[in-house]
Amino acid sequence: MPSTTLWIAVLAGSLGCYGIKLAGLSVPDRVLEDPRVRRIAAMLPIALLAALIAVQTVADGTALGVDARVAGVGVAIVAVLLRAPFLVVVLAAMATTALLRL
Amino acid sequence: MSRRAVVRDAVGIGVATGAFGLSYGAIAVASGLSVLQTCALSVLMFTGASQFAMVGVVGAGGGALASAATAVLLGTRNALYGLQLSALLRARGPRRLLASQLVIDESAAMAVAQDDPPRARLGFWATGVAVFVLWNLGTVVGAVGADLLEDPSRFGLDVAGPAAFVALLSPRLRDVPAWTVAMVAALVAVVAVPFVSAGVPVLLAAVVAAVVALVGRRGGASDGGRDDECGDGVDVPQEAR
Repeated sequence: MPSTTLWIAVLAGSLGCYGIKLAGLSVPDRVLEDPRVRRIAAMLPIALLAALIAVQTVADGTALGVDARVAGVGVAIVAVLLRAPFLVVVLAAMATTALLRL
Repeated sequence: MSRRAVVRDAVGIGVATGAFGLSYGAIAVASGLSVLQTCALSVLMFTGASQFAMVGVVGAGGGALASAATAVLLGTRNALYGLQLSALLRARGPRRLLASQLVIDESAAMAVAQDDPPRARLGFWATGVAVFVLWNLGTVVGAVGADLLEDPSRFGLDVAGPAAFVALLSPRLRDVPAWTVAMVAALVAVVAVPFVSAGVPVLLAAVVAAVVALVGRRGGASDGGRDDECGDGVDVPQEAR
């Protein structure tokens, strides 16, 4: 992505994220108390995180493939199950992938 | 909790977030953002998961719209925090504009964990400011450090993003509907990869998951509760929960 386009994305994304925070502090309670709105707001992060994990593990542009990333993410999942701290999870995943690429 | 304990916990959360900021800075630069763009996101967007997501979409070759939209959608939970915080903070005018930027997982968790409104306000502002300062400091160090690496993928940096997302996702997978939404979203995203441009599969997954969430639990009251929505993967001290 050209730098100018990237800057537009950075600024637009930041403005959007700020707008959402401001809305939460400003919007009348009843709007966000709607159970459907609450349900979607609670589920969206789960859906996005799961999709991001899947795509960033097996996709390369518009191609699908299995490489050393799969092992790294597998190690991250095991580390999370073992209740490892955040940095240990990330570093264990990186070390696994890096070792397989040697 | 005494006022001093509140501030101490706030600083502790800030330090943990600083370490998290290091990995964000490194990943952002490895994904193709400049050091300045990487730091601008930490100052202006200031919501970790959204920043990681945006950087991930850019790194995968996604378009500007897809990357910004993913970041904004991931930030929707901050609106729910604001709703819970507005009565506690009672911030008006310029103070509200400033407070808004500090509404994140950690500051919301610390505020609602306190026993009375004055401490809730202290918890919110202390945590918000501590995280803001150390998150940005971590970002600068991580971004400049990654800039010195010649080939980030040799060090497995491309797996740091998904690994971080695994850590962010796991506390939210508390019940069957959450698992269902996660599995459907992952499947939809992967199946879509060959057919649409980079970044779009994730957005597609979000739309499908929103429909599943609505249809699967029509009128269901459970919205996951506070704990599910909090903790951006950072170790919030036990007493802060």
